[in-house]
Amino acid sequence: MKFTLSWLKEHLETSASLADIVETMIAVGLEVEHVDDPAERLKAFTIGEVIEAEKHPEADKLKVCKVATRDGVLQIVCGAPNARKGLKVAYAPVGAYVPGVDLTLTKAKIRGVESLGMMCSARELMLGEDHDGIIEAPTEAKVGDGVAAWLGAYDPVIEFEATPNRPDTNAVAGVARDLAAAGLGRLVTKAPAPVRGEFPCPQKIGLHFPKGAENACPMFAGRYIRGVKNGPSPKWLADRLRAIGLRPISALVDVTNLLTYDRARPLHVYDADKLKGEIRARLGARGESFVALDNKTYAVDEAMTVIADDNGVLGLGGIIGGEATGCTEKTVNVFLECAYFDPLRTAKTGRRLGIHSDARHRFERGVDPDFVAPGLEAATRVIIDICGGTPSDILVAGEKPDARRTIAFPPSEVKRLTGIDVDPQKSEAILSALGFKVSRADPWLVDVPSWRPDVEGKADLVEEIARIVGLAALPAAVLPARAAVEMPKLTPAQTRRMAARRALAARGLLECVTWSFADERHAALFCDGPNWLAAQGLLLANPISSDLGAMRPSMLPNLVAALRRNADRGRDDLALFEVAPTYASDRPDGQQTVAGGARLSHPRRHWAKAERAADAFTAKADAVAALEAAGAKVDQLQATADAPPWYHPGRSGVLRLGPKLALAHFGEIHPRVLKAMDVDGPVIAFEAFLDSIPASKPKATKTKPALDAPELLPVRRDFAFVVDDKVTAEALLKAVRSAEKKLIADVGLFDVYQGKGVPEGRKSMAVEVTLQPRDKTLTDEEIDGVSKAIVTAVEKLTGGTLRA
Amino acid sequence: MSDIEKIESETLQRIAAAGDIAALEDVRVASLGKKGVISERMKELGKMSPEERKAAGAALNLLKDKIAAAIDAKKQRLEDAELDRRLATEKVDVTLPVAPSPKGRIHPVTQVSEEIVAIFSAMGFDVAEGPDIEDDFHNFTALNFPPDHPAREMHDTFFFRPRADGSRMLLRTHTSPVQIRAMMTKKPPIRIIIPGRTFRCDSDQTHTPMFHQVEGLVIDRETHMGHLKGTLEAFCKAFFEVDSVRTRFRPHFFPFTEPSAEMDIGYERVGNEIRIGQGEAWMEILGSGMVHTNVLRNCGLDPDEYQGFAFGMGIDRLAMLKYGIPDLRDFFAADARWLEHYGFDPLDIPNLATGLSR
Repeated sequence: MKFTLSWLKEHLETSASLADIVETMIAVGLEVEHVDDPAERLKAFTIGEVIEAEKHPEADKLKVCKVATRDGVLQIVCGAPNARKGLKVAYAPVGAYVPGVDLTLTKAKIRGVESLGMMCSARELMLGEDHDGIIEAPTEAKVGDGVAAWLGAYDPVIEFEATPNRPDTNAVAGVARDLAAAGLGRLVTKAPAPVRGEFPCPQKIGLHFPKGAENACPMFAGRYIRGVKNGPSPKWLADRLRAIGLRPISALVDVTNLLTYDRARPLHVYDADKLKGEIRARLGARGESFVALDNKTYAVDEAMTVIADDNGVLGLGGIIGGEATGCTEKTVNVFLECAYFDPLRTAKTGRRLGIHSDARHRFERGVDPDFVAPGLEAATRVIIDICGGTPSDILVAGEKPDARRTIAFPPSEVKRLTGIDVDPQKSEAILSALGFKVSRADPWLVDVPSWRPDVEGKADLVEEIARIVGLAALPAAVLPARAAVEMPKLTPAQTRRMAARRALAARGLLECVTWSFADERHAALFCDGPNWLAAQGLLLANPISSDLGAMRPSMLPNLVAALRRNADRGRDDLALFEVAPTYASDRPDGQQTVAGGARLSHPRRHWAKAERAADAFTAKADAVAALEAAGAKVDQLQATADAPPWYHPGRSGVLRLGPKLALAHFGEIHPRVLKAMDVDGPVIAFEAFLDSIPASKPKATKTKPALDAPELLPVRRDFAFVVDDKVTAEALLKAVRSAEKKLIADVGLFDVYQGKGVPEGRKSMAVEVTLQPRDKTLTDEEIDGVSKAIVTAVEKLTGGTLRA
Repeated sequence: MSDIEKIESETLQRIAAAGDIAALEDVRVASLGKKGVISERMKELGKMSPEERKAAGAALNLLKDKIAAAIDAKKQRLEDAELDRRLATEKVDVTLPVAPSPKGRIHPVTQVSEEIVAIFSAMGFDVAEGPDIEDDFHNFTALNFPPDHPAREMHDTFFFRPRADGSRMLLRTHTSPVQIRAMMTKKPPIRIIIPGRTFRCDSDQTHTPMFHQVEGLVIDRETHMGHLKGTLEAFCKAFFEVDSVRTRFRPHFFPFTEPSAEMDIGYERVGNEIRIGQGEAWMEILGSGMVHTNVLRNCGLDPDEYQGFAFGMGIDRLAMLKYGIPDLRDFFAADARWLEHYGFDPLDIPNLATGLSR
């Protein structure tokens, strides 16, 4: 919403400065977004007088002028045809920024002649479109004065955000009311004086709504004005509309725009000679359409309020008028409409048709239902002042919706909700200044003015008082401590995430945050396919772009795509992770938190070590680190080779706690998936499902178990077993451990070998077993006994034999 | 010169002449070995008379100790010399670079979220959460957005394709639906913050379709807007790690609070740096207000009995302001150079005792 300072002053008698007005608007909740003060904007430019204008020796179209300025008599080269002796001009000195050409002036030589400054056109100062010549200031303008006042560009324009709850502030009068209440001046808005009708209104009007839809347009008023003369608006009106960014059209239309901004009261004016029969408000019918003032054709239906005559739909009530019955230069007789349209229906219709108009903006927020007839009177007055004509009586169909509300208001509510002590006298004065009527019963009874549909209860009145008092009065109070030491607790899920992140970063991975969305084609590679995404409700109806159309079922597509982007920039040795949500359905329980990571591994050579590229086991270690940090009992994890299909079928696995509970996937990404994403692999990845980690039982005590540190030296023995290729390391280690539960303290696998010396289809695995004696040193016989038991157990459980 | 003196001087000479451990060993064997000269003399003691034996024995033992000590001393010298010789060959170029260990980093959104949690924890707030995919009730209706109200349009909502029953889910446009979930499941007093992902169908230089918000909610019987101000001022001071902040509350409109206010914070721009806590300029950093009576009622709370405040602010924006990160869009681009530059060491865990940040 925009308005000019002089316009405001028609409603507010004030001596406040522009800065005070802006400050106060902000303080009462009218958020000023922009102030254009021409005096400030044009302060570099002053009046000059051309005292000599000679032809440039080198150019026919240029003149070399001597100009009297604030800075003395200067030589300025100028190309304007109207540069002539005696002309008062807008002088821009060297160093000034000229907005219309976006440049800062410097001393220049133009075709060999020095030029010190510039004489500006209207366009160069952004005061208009004129660029045929330089500005001609009034002859009485004084050299050295600022140009703004002499050029009529003295009126500051203020733009602010009118919040959706305050329809009254879409009017200059409404802004003035708030400012007056805040003590910035006196509200001098006049109630429109009735204009006497000279004859009965010849235009029939009517409301035709089915039962239940009467509220679409409860009141429709209008009058006929005979013998008007339409044409361009007078300068004051055209200037005013232009200043707030509107294009003057014709006096009749401009008057309705004036009322729209002055009083938030949109009206419509029809060329009465183009109307046929009764003009009525009704619901639209399927199949009907009309050409609107924006020259577009709109189809209407039974959910929309239309204005129609015998020929059909003329326009959409409260949104936009029709082309066919609009006013032109030739219009002589008009019908002026002023109605009340239902906010909800207006909003829905406007949104469905995508029409943004000043009328819709106001009707959908709620116009003042008590200002229908007064608005009509006010518009009539301006029209006959400008266009002449004779008005008829006013016709009204229906009646104004009852907006009366009374709120029981204990004045103590102000303190209860804001903590501000406000004298009840002051509260009452503020409410009265804003148009509320206060009856001092106990509690107070406060009548809400018709233009404030947003005020429904006590808290709304508190806000009115608080914003006018000013929120600077809020005390800075401290929330009472709930305990001497505040001991809030993060949930286990929250601490898991924090720990997993730090653990992965400590392993050298970079944490990133990627979209919860993914490219639908990529997402489909990391789940059961596109149909699954649709069936689970994971496709957006209005994605921001086509490559962000699905909720990600896994974060891997985003991480893999990120690896690729980095690789394209030359970073092909990179490990990324993210601890964040993935989505398996559109239900709350479909969202789960995953710690996922992906590596692209091309380690740089180093003199001190042979760098090993990351492989499935790097990912396994990543997953275990994340799970361990998050509190999973990782010593009980088992790995199985059945990772989902987006992983390499042979180089991937699942980490499980028991057969049913999968806690992580890890391994190489399937080469076909990488190809579909146009990524050069291999890419190593993992997904650890933090939410699936079983909750640990709350501990009864913080005491740790006693330390178990045997006195006796441990004994180590190596064994190499030849087993079938299918026997897993996990199975072998388990078999070894099972041989002697008391003495075997640790089993480490230190070699896996296939090849010469080992039969085809078999492999050798070598383990180091640590025996920890407890009570006495082990004898050779005892050690041999354990060794035999190990060999027997391995043979029995895995079919493996000791390697010869 | 007596015989013993002769043996002594000869042996000591040979010890002195021994050039290495092997030569010294030869000397030891020749003198103290089983058949060495001193051992041989020892054997002769048995043939002597007790008086002779006593005198000669004492002299021999003296000699033996002396020689043994001389050999040990020489041995130590030779070993030292040997070690020095070896060490002289074991020289490395200490300027050789060590193998790099990869440096992981924590994303600024995580770091700043944990900073925020640390501060509000100290003020007694718990951390609550809710789903990203929401229904209309929790995201709008319960928060007092009437159906078709223009305020809904300000939210640029992402919708999902309609379900078979015609209903459609949406991506939460703010963290406020978690307020509703909290108030509907827990009796006051409530004191929570709600950090999380939020989504709006908006993308330009300063907007991304996904961003992070933190919501605050306090509900009890006495909390008023002054507590809101005090809490947020305390938060800003702690978060920006400055001695004082200037704040300005401006009345504003949010459907779910009444009265509502936006909070501005005073700052100064010095070059590319934003300095919070000094300067004359104002910057809006959050929206807030007293929880709307309709919202309380929608959650089954009596607005004449319970009251409280709510606020919401952008985590990404706070990170940008505090750490001078210029562009919001980079937060989600996973560019390794950016992550390494703006990311945090995993050992820098935000903690009020050590100062929030290093």
